Amino acid sequence: MVDGIHDLGGMQGFGPVGHSPAEPAFHDRWEAVARALLVVVGNAVDVSGGEFRHSIERMDPGHYLTSSYYEHWLTAAATLAIEHGLVTRSELEARAGGRFPLSGPVLAPLVTDPGPDVDEPRFGVGDRVRVREWHPAGHTRCPRYVRGKAGVVVRMDGIYSVPDVEAHGSARRHEPTYSVRFDAADLWRDGQHGVSVHVDLWDSYLERS
Amino acid sequence: MSTGGHHPAPVSPVEQRVAALEALLAERGLVPEGFIEEITRRYESEIGPMNGAQVVARAWVDPGYRQRLLAEGTGAIAELGFGGAEGGHMVVVENTAAVHNVIVCTLCSCYPWPVLGLPPAWYKDPAYRARMVREPRVVLAEMGCPLRDDVEIRVWDSSAEVRYLVLPQRPPGTEDMPEAELAGLVTRDSMIGVARL
Repeated sequence: MVDGIHDLGGMQGFGPVGHSPAEPAFHDRWEAVARALLVVVGNAVDVSGGEFRHSIERMDPGHYLTSSYYEHWLTAAATLAIEHGLVTRSELEARAGGRFPLSGPVLAPLVTDPGPDVDEPRFGVGDRVRVREWHPAGHTRCPRYVRGKAGVVVRMDGIYSVPDVEAHGSARRHEPTYSVRFDAADLWRDGQHGVSVHVDLWDSYLERS
Repeated sequence: MSTGGHHPAPVSPVEQRVAALEALLAERGLVPEGFIEEITRRYESEIGPMNGAQVVARAWVDPGYRQRLLAEGTGAIAELGFGGAEGGHMVVVENTAAVHNVIVCTLCSCYPWPVLGLPPAWYKDPAYRARMVREPRVVLAEMGCPLRDDVEIRVWDSSAEVRYLVLPQRPPGTEDMPEAELAGLVTRDSMIGVARL
Protein backbone atom coordinates (compact mmCIF):
# COMPACT_ATOMS: atom_id res chain seq x y z
CA MET A 1 0.00 0.00 0.00
CA VAL A 2 2.92 2.32 0.44
CA ASP A 3 3.32 2.27 -3.32
CA GLY A 4 -0.21 3.57 -3.66
CA ILE A 5 -1.87 5.78 -6.23
CA HIS A 6 -1.56 8.80 -3.92
CA ASP A 7 2.24 8.84 -4.32
CA LEU A 8 2.06 10.91 -7.49
CA GLY A 9 5.38 12.77 -7.65
CA GLY A 10 6.88 12.40 -11.13
CA MET A 11 4.13 10.29 -12.69
CA GLN A 12 3.54 11.13 -16.34
CA GLY A 13 0.61 11.47 -18.69
CA PHE A 14 -1.65 13.81 -16.73
CA GLY A 15 -1.70 16.81 -19.10
CA PRO A 16 -2.20 20.46 -18.17
CA VAL A 17 -3.15 21.57 -14.66
CA GLY A 18 -6.82 22.58 -14.57
CA HIS A 19 -5.90 25.90 -13.01
CA SER A 20 -8.19 28.75 -12.06
CA PRO A 21 -6.89 31.76 -10.11
CA ALA A 22 -10.16 32.36 -8.23
CA GLU A 23 -11.79 29.41 -6.55
CA PRO A 24 -14.19 29.23 -3.62
CA ALA A 25 -13.33 27.26 -0.48
CA PHE A 26 -16.27 24.98 -1.27
CA HIS A 27 -17.98 24.58 -4.66
CA ASP A 28 -21.05 22.91 -3.15
CA ARG A 29 -22.47 22.48 0.31
CA TRP A 30 -21.69 18.75 0.31
CA GLU A 31 -17.96 19.53 0.16
CA ALA A 32 -18.17 21.59 3.35
CA VAL A 33 -20.22 18.84 5.02
CA ALA A 34 -17.70 16.17 3.97
CA ARG A 35 -14.88 18.25 5.38
CA ALA A 36 -16.73 18.82 8.65
CA LEU A 37 -17.67 15.13 9.00
CA LEU A 38 -14.03 14.11 8.85
CA VAL A 39 -13.39 16.41 11.81
CA VAL A 40 -16.41 14.85 13.57
CA VAL A 41 -15.06 11.32 13.06
CA GLY A 42 -11.53 12.37 14.00
CA ASN A 43 -12.74 13.89 17.26
CA ALA A 44 -14.94 10.90 18.09
CA VAL A 45 -12.26 8.22 17.71
CA ASP A 46 -8.94 10.08 18.06
CA VAL A 47 -7.48 9.49 14.60
CA SER A 48 -3.80 10.43 14.11
CA GLY A 49 -2.63 12.32 11.04
CA GLY A 50 -0.94 9.16 9.81
CA GLU A 51 -4.05 7.02 10.18
CA PHE A 52 -6.18 9.69 8.45
CA ARG A 53 -3.83 9.98 5.46
CA HIS A 54 -3.51 6.22 5.20
CA SER A 55 -7.30 5.88 5.04
CA ILE A 56 -7.25 7.98 1.84
CA GLU A 57 -4.21 6.18 0.42
CA ARG A 58 -6.07 2.86 0.66
CA MET A 59 -8.74 4.04 -1.82
CA ASP A 60 -9.18 2.06 -5.02
CA PRO A 61 -6.79 3.70 -7.54
CA GLY A 62 -9.52 4.20 -10.14
CA HIS A 63 -11.80 5.84 -7.60
CA TYR A 64 -8.94 7.99 -6.29
CA LEU A 65 -8.06 9.40 -9.71
CA THR A 66 -11.64 10.06 -10.77
CA SER A 67 -12.97 11.75 -7.65
CA SER A 68 -12.37 15.16 -6.12
CA TYR A 69 -10.38 15.65 -2.95
CA TYR A 70 -13.52 16.29 -0.91
CA GLU A 71 -14.79 12.89 -2.05
CA HIS A 72 -11.48 11.47 -0.81
CA TRP A 73 -12.22 13.05 2.57
CA LEU A 74 -15.74 11.63 2.56
CA THR A 75 -14.42 8.17 1.73
CA ALA A 76 -11.84 8.48 4.51
CA ALA A 77 -14.44 9.67 7.04
CA ALA A 78 -16.79 6.78 6.21
CA THR A 79 -13.98 4.20 6.21
CA LEU A 80 -12.66 5.36 9.59
CA ALA A 81 -16.19 5.56 11.04
CA ILE A 82 -16.75 1.90 10.08
CA GLU A 83 -13.30 0.70 11.19
CA HIS A 84 -13.78 2.35 14.58
CA GLY A 85 -17.29 0.97 15.05
CA LEU A 86 -19.28 4.20 14.79
CA VAL A 87 -21.45 2.98 11.88
CA THR A 88 -21.73 -0.09 9.66
CA ARG A 89 -21.36 -0.34 5.92
CA SER A 90 -24.87 -1.74 5.51
CA GLU A 91 -26.37 1.18 7.43
CA LEU A 92 -24.49 3.62 5.22
CA GLU A 93 -25.55 1.93 1.99
CA ALA A 94 -29.17 1.68 3.14
CA ARG A 95 -29.25 5.41 3.88
CA ALA A 96 -27.40 6.37 0.71
CA GLY A 97 -29.72 4.24 -1.39
CA GLY A 98 -26.83 2.52 -3.16
CA ARG A 99 -23.23 1.51 -3.12
CA PHE A 100 -20.88 3.44 -0.81
CA PRO A 101 -17.31 2.90 -2.06
CA LEU A 102 -14.82 2.67 0.80
CA SER A 103 -11.06 2.40 1.15
CA GLY A 104 -9.39 -1.01 1.05
CA PRO A 105 -8.02 -2.87 4.06
CA VAL A 106 -4.84 -2.01 5.95
CA LEU A 107 -2.08 -4.32 4.67
CA ALA A 108 0.47 -3.74 7.44
CA PRO A 109 0.32 -5.23 10.96
CA LEU A 110 -0.26 -3.10 14.05
CA VAL A 111 2.96 -1.62 15.35
CA THR A 112 3.43 -2.97 18.86
CA ASP A 113 7.12 -2.17 19.34
CA PRO A 114 7.87 1.23 17.80
CA GLY A 115 11.54 1.22 18.83
CA PRO A 116 13.27 3.99 20.79
CA ASP A 117 12.80 7.70 20.13
CA VAL A 118 15.70 9.39 18.34
CA ASP A 119 16.59 12.45 20.41
CA GLU A 120 19.69 13.62 18.57
CA PRO A 121 19.78 14.40 14.85
CA ARG A 122 22.17 12.05 13.03
CA PHE A 123 22.72 14.62 10.29
CA GLY A 124 23.38 18.33 10.07
CA VAL A 125 22.92 21.07 7.50
CA GLY A 126 25.26 20.44 4.57
CA ASP A 127 25.48 16.68 5.11
CA ARG A 128 25.01 14.50 2.06
CA VAL A 129 22.38 11.81 2.68
CA ARG A 130 20.74 9.03 0.71
CA VAL A 131 17.10 8.00 1.04
CA ARG A 132 16.56 4.36 1.93
CA GLU A 133 15.36 2.22 -0.97
CA TRP A 134 12.51 0.32 0.64
CA HIS A 135 8.84 -0.55 0.17
CA PRO A 136 7.03 -0.96 3.49
CA ALA A 137 3.52 -2.43 3.49
CA GLY A 138 2.03 0.39 5.55
CA HIS A 139 1.87 4.15 5.57
CA THR A 140 4.94 6.30 4.99
CA ARG A 141 5.67 9.94 4.17
CA CYS A 142 8.70 9.09 2.10
CA PRO A 143 7.75 9.73 -1.54
CA ARG A 144 8.77 7.01 -4.01
CA TYR A 145 10.50 9.48 -6.35
CA VAL A 146 13.31 10.16 -3.86
CA ARG A 147 13.94 6.60 -2.65
CA GLY A 148 17.50 5.56 -3.33
CA LYS A 149 18.40 9.14 -4.31
CA ALA A 150 21.12 11.30 -2.75
CA GLY A 151 20.63 14.86 -1.58
CA VAL A 152 21.89 17.48 0.87
CA VAL A 153 20.34 18.48 4.20
CA VAL A 154 19.36 22.16 4.01
CA ARG A 155 17.29 22.59 7.19
CA MET A 156 16.60 20.86 10.51
CA ASP A 157 12.98 20.92 11.62
CA GLY A 158 12.72 19.50 15.11
CA ILE A 159 11.44 16.17 16.40
CA TYR A 160 8.08 14.73 15.37
CA SER A 161 6.02 11.54 15.61
CA VAL A 162 6.90 9.13 12.79
CA PRO A 163 3.83 8.68 10.53
CA ASP A 164 4.84 5.11 9.61
CA VAL A 165 4.32 4.17 13.28
CA GLU A 166 1.35 6.34 14.24
CA ALA A 167 -0.75 5.17 11.29
CA HIS A 168 -0.77 1.62 12.68
CA GLY A 169 -1.92 1.70 16.29
CA SER A 170 -1.38 3.70 19.44
CA ALA A 171 2.41 3.26 19.65
CA ARG A 172 4.58 6.29 18.81
CA ARG A 173 8.19 6.94 17.92
CA HIS A 174 9.67 10.42 17.60
CA GLU A 175 12.55 11.40 15.31
CA PRO A 176 14.21 14.52 13.93
CA THR A 177 13.05 15.68 10.51
CA TYR A 178 15.13 17.37 7.83
CA SER A 179 14.53 19.25 4.61
CA VAL A 180 16.67 17.55 1.96
CA ARG A 181 17.51 19.21 -1.37
CA PHE A 182 17.69 17.04 -4.48
CA ASP A 183 18.96 18.25 -7.84
CA ALA A 184 16.09 17.63 -10.27
CA ALA A 185 18.57 16.38 -12.88
CA ASP A 186 19.64 13.64 -10.42
CA LEU A 187 16.04 12.64 -9.79
CA TRP A 188 14.91 12.43 -13.41
CA ARG A 189 18.13 11.98 -15.42
CA ASP A 190 16.77 14.44 -17.96
CA GLY A 191 19.50 17.07 -18.00
CA GLN A 192 17.36 19.95 -16.76
CA HIS A 193 19.26 22.88 -15.23
CA GLY A 194 18.75 25.09 -12.21
CA VAL A 195 15.93 23.13 -10.57
CA SER A 196 16.03 21.65 -7.08
CA VAL A 197 13.29 19.73 -5.27
CA HIS A 198 13.19 19.82 -1.46
CA VAL A 199 11.54 16.96 0.43
CA ASP A 200 10.97 16.89 4.20
CA LEU A 201 12.03 13.52 5.62
CA TRP A 202 12.21 11.71 8.96
CA ASP A 203 15.56 10.51 10.30
CA SER A 204 14.91 6.79 9.73
CA TYR A 205 14.21 7.40 6.03
CA LEU A 206 17.83 8.45 5.55
CA GLU A 207 21.31 6.99 5.54
CA ARG A 208 24.68 8.67 5.17
CA SER A 209 25.77 9.05 1.56
CA MET B 1 -43.10 19.58 -2.74
CA SER B 2 -43.24 22.20 -5.44
CA THR B 3 -46.31 22.05 -7.63
CA GLY B 4 -45.39 24.76 -10.09
CA GLY B 5 -43.26 22.62 -12.36
CA HIS B 6 -40.01 23.58 -10.60
CA HIS B 7 -38.17 20.39 -9.91
CA PRO B 8 -35.32 20.46 -7.40
CA ALA B 9 -31.89 19.65 -8.82
CA PRO B 10 -31.33 15.89 -8.77
CA VAL B 11 -29.24 14.73 -5.82
CA SER B 12 -25.94 13.23 -6.98
CA PRO B 13 -24.67 9.93 -5.56
CA VAL B 14 -21.88 11.69 -3.66
CA GLU B 15 -24.41 14.06 -2.07
CA GLN B 16 -26.48 11.05 -1.04
CA ARG B 17 -23.42 9.46 0.56
CA VAL B 18 -22.55 12.64 2.45
CA ALA B 19 -26.14 12.94 3.68
CA ALA B 20 -26.12 9.29 4.79
CA LEU B 21 -22.95 9.66 6.85
CA GLU B 22 -24.11 12.99 8.29
CA ALA B 23 -27.46 11.52 9.37
CA LEU B 24 -25.93 8.44 11.01
CA LEU B 25 -23.29 10.45 12.90
CA ALA B 26 -25.92 13.00 13.97
CA GLU B 27 -28.18 10.23 15.30
CA ARG B 28 -25.30 9.10 17.49
CA GLY B 29 -25.02 12.61 18.92
CA LEU B 30 -21.60 13.22 17.34
CA VAL B 31 -22.41 16.33 15.26
CA PRO B 32 -22.73 19.36 17.55
CA GLU B 33 -25.47 21.85 16.71
CA GLY B 34 -24.22 24.36 14.14
CA PHE B 35 -20.83 22.66 13.75
CA ILE B 36 -20.98 22.22 9.97
CA GLU B 37 -22.20 25.79 9.47
CA GLU B 38 -19.40 27.10 11.70
CA ILE B 39 -16.67 25.27 9.76
CA THR B 40 -18.14 26.49 6.49
CA ARG B 41 -18.34 30.08 7.69
CA ARG B 42 -14.78 30.13 9.02
CA TYR B 43 -13.21 28.83 5.81
CA GLU B 44 -15.41 30.96 3.57
CA SER B 45 -14.87 34.27 5.35
CA GLU B 46 -12.13 34.21 8.00
CA ILE B 47 -9.35 31.86 6.93
CA GLY B 48 -8.01 32.50 3.45
CA PRO B 49 -5.33 34.10 1.29
CA MET B 50 -6.26 37.58 2.57
CA ASN B 51 -4.38 36.57 5.74
CA GLY B 52 -1.22 35.61 3.88
CA ALA B 53 -1.49 38.84 1.86
CA GLN B 54 -1.25 40.83 5.12
CA VAL B 55 1.91 38.90 6.06
CA VAL B 56 3.49 39.59 2.67
CA ALA B 57 2.58 43.30 2.68
CA ARG B 58 4.04 43.71 6.17
CA ALA B 59 7.28 42.04 5.05
CA TRP B 60 7.50 44.43 2.09
CA VAL B 61 7.21 47.59 4.21
CA ASP B 62 9.02 46.50 7.39
CA PRO B 63 12.57 45.12 6.93
CA GLY B 64 12.75 43.95 10.56
CA TYR B 65 9.54 41.97 10.13
CA ARG B 66 10.77 40.49 6.84
CA GLN B 67 13.93 39.32 8.59
CA ARG B 68 11.93 37.67 11.41
CA LEU B 69 9.53 36.11 8.90
CA LEU B 70 12.33 34.46 6.94
CA ALA B 71 14.23 33.38 10.07
CA GLU B 72 11.28 32.00 12.05
CA GLY B 73 8.05 32.00 10.06
CA THR B 74 5.63 30.61 12.66
CA GLY B 75 6.39 33.31 15.24
CA ALA B 76 6.38 36.18 12.76
CA ILE B 77 3.05 35.05 11.30
CA ALA B 78 1.63 34.79 14.83
CA GLU B 79 2.53 38.48 15.35
CA LEU B 80 -0.30 39.27 12.92
CA GLY B 81 -2.66 36.90 14.74
CA PHE B 82 -2.51 33.92 12.39
CA GLY B 83 -1.76 30.35 13.42
CA GLY B 84 -3.30 26.99 14.27
CA ALA B 85 -3.90 23.71 12.46
CA GLU B 86 -1.63 23.18 9.43
CA GLY B 87 0.28 26.33 10.33
CA GLY B 88 2.13 25.30 13.48
CA HIS B 89 5.51 24.93 11.76
CA MET B 90 5.80 27.57 9.05
CA VAL B 91 8.75 28.18 6.74
CA VAL B 92 8.66 31.23 4.45
CA VAL B 93 10.72 31.10 1.25
CA GLU B 94 11.59 34.31 -0.57
CA ASN B 95 11.43 34.94 -4.30
CA THR B 96 14.11 37.18 -5.81
CA ALA B 97 15.02 38.15 -9.36
CA ALA B 98 17.27 35.08 -9.49
CA VAL B 99 15.29 32.50 -7.46
CA HIS B 100 11.70 31.32 -7.78
CA ASN B 101 10.06 29.13 -5.11
CA VAL B 102 6.96 26.98 -5.56
CA ILE B 103 5.00 24.77 -3.15
CA VAL B 104 3.46 21.35 -3.74
CA CYS B 105 2.32 18.29 -1.77
CA THR B 106 2.89 15.21 -3.90
CA LEU B 107 1.48 12.75 -1.33
CA CYS B 108 -1.77 14.48 -0.37
CA SER B 109 -2.92 18.09 0.01
CA CYS B 110 -0.73 19.69 2.71
CA TYR B 111 -1.13 23.46 2.62
CA PRO B 112 -0.72 26.36 5.11
CA TRP B 113 -4.36 26.81 6.17
CA PRO B 114 -4.01 29.79 8.56
CA VAL B 115 -2.43 32.01 5.90
CA LEU B 116 -3.89 30.64 2.65
CA GLY B 117 -7.13 28.89 3.70
CA LEU B 118 -8.15 25.60 2.10
CA PRO B 119 -6.23 24.62 -1.04
CA PRO B 120 -7.82 25.21 -4.45
CA ALA B 121 -8.92 22.07 -6.32
CA TRP B 122 -6.08 22.21 -8.85
CA TYR B 123 -3.47 22.12 -6.05
CA LYS B 124 -4.89 18.73 -4.95
CA ASP B 125 -5.31 17.31 -8.46
CA PRO B 126 -2.96 14.61 -9.80
CA ALA B 127 -1.64 16.75 -12.67
CA TYR B 128 -0.17 19.43 -10.38
CA ARG B 129 1.16 16.97 -7.79
CA ALA B 130 2.73 14.65 -10.37
CA ARG B 131 4.30 17.26 -12.63
CA MET B 132 5.48 20.10 -10.38
CA VAL B 133 8.40 18.07 -9.01
CA ARG B 134 9.36 16.71 -12.42
CA GLU B 135 9.04 19.59 -14.90
CA PRO B 136 8.32 22.75 -12.90
CA ARG B 137 9.61 25.12 -15.59
CA VAL B 138 7.16 23.67 -18.10
CA VAL B 139 4.22 23.58 -15.68
CA LEU B 140 4.84 27.16 -14.50
CA ALA B 141 4.94 28.41 -18.09
CA GLU B 142 1.68 26.57 -18.85
CA MET B 143 0.10 28.19 -15.80
CA GLY B 144 1.03 31.67 -17.01
CA CYS B 145 4.30 32.05 -15.11
CA PRO B 146 7.13 31.72 -17.66
CA LEU B 147 10.62 32.09 -16.16
CA ARG B 148 13.89 32.88 -17.86
CA ASP B 149 16.24 29.88 -18.10
CA ASP B 150 18.70 31.54 -15.71
CA VAL B 151 16.12 31.82 -12.92
CA GLU B 152 16.72 29.04 -10.39
CA ILE B 153 13.58 27.11 -9.39
CA ARG B 154 13.22 25.66 -5.89
CA VAL B 155 10.31 23.27 -5.43
CA TRP B 156 9.19 22.51 -1.85
CA ASP B 157 7.30 19.22 -1.34
CA SER B 158 5.35 19.50 1.95
CA SER B 159 5.96 15.90 2.98
CA ALA B 160 6.39 16.26 6.78
CA GLU B 161 5.22 18.78 9.38
CA VAL B 162 6.45 22.07 7.87
CA ARG B 163 4.04 24.12 5.77
CA TYR B 164 5.45 26.66 3.31
CA LEU B 165 4.53 30.17 2.22
CA VAL B 166 6.20 31.93 -0.71
CA LEU B 167 7.15 35.58 -0.15
CA PRO B 168 6.68 37.08 -3.61
CA GLN B 169 8.76 39.99 -4.91
CA ARG B 170 7.26 43.42 -4.40
CA PRO B 171 6.06 44.70 -7.78
CA PRO B 172 7.96 47.66 -9.22
CA GLY B 173 6.28 51.04 -8.99
CA THR B 174 4.66 50.38 -5.60
CA GLU B 175 7.20 52.25 -3.47
CA ASP B 176 4.66 54.82 -2.25
CA MET B 177 1.76 52.46 -1.78
CA PRO B 178 0.46 52.02 1.79
CA GLU B 179 0.57 48.58 3.41
CA ALA B 180 -3.18 47.92 3.18
CA GLU B 181 -3.19 48.70 -0.52
CA LEU B 182 -0.14 46.51 -1.10
CA ALA B 183 -1.96 43.59 0.54
CA GLY B 184 -4.64 43.98 -2.13
CA LEU B 185 -2.05 43.19 -4.81
CA VAL B 186 -1.00 39.86 -3.30
CA THR B 187 -2.70 36.84 -4.87
CA ARG B 188 -3.07 33.28 -3.62
CA ASP B 189 -1.19 32.03 -6.69
CA SER B 190 1.79 34.28 -5.91
CA MET B 191 2.04 32.86 -2.38
CA ILE B 192 1.92 29.25 -3.69
CA GLY B 193 4.52 30.27 -6.27
CA VAL B 194 2.61 29.63 -9.50
CA ALA B 195 2.52 33.35 -10.33
CA ARG B 196 4.78 36.38 -10.01
CA LEU B 197 3.35 39.83 -9.29
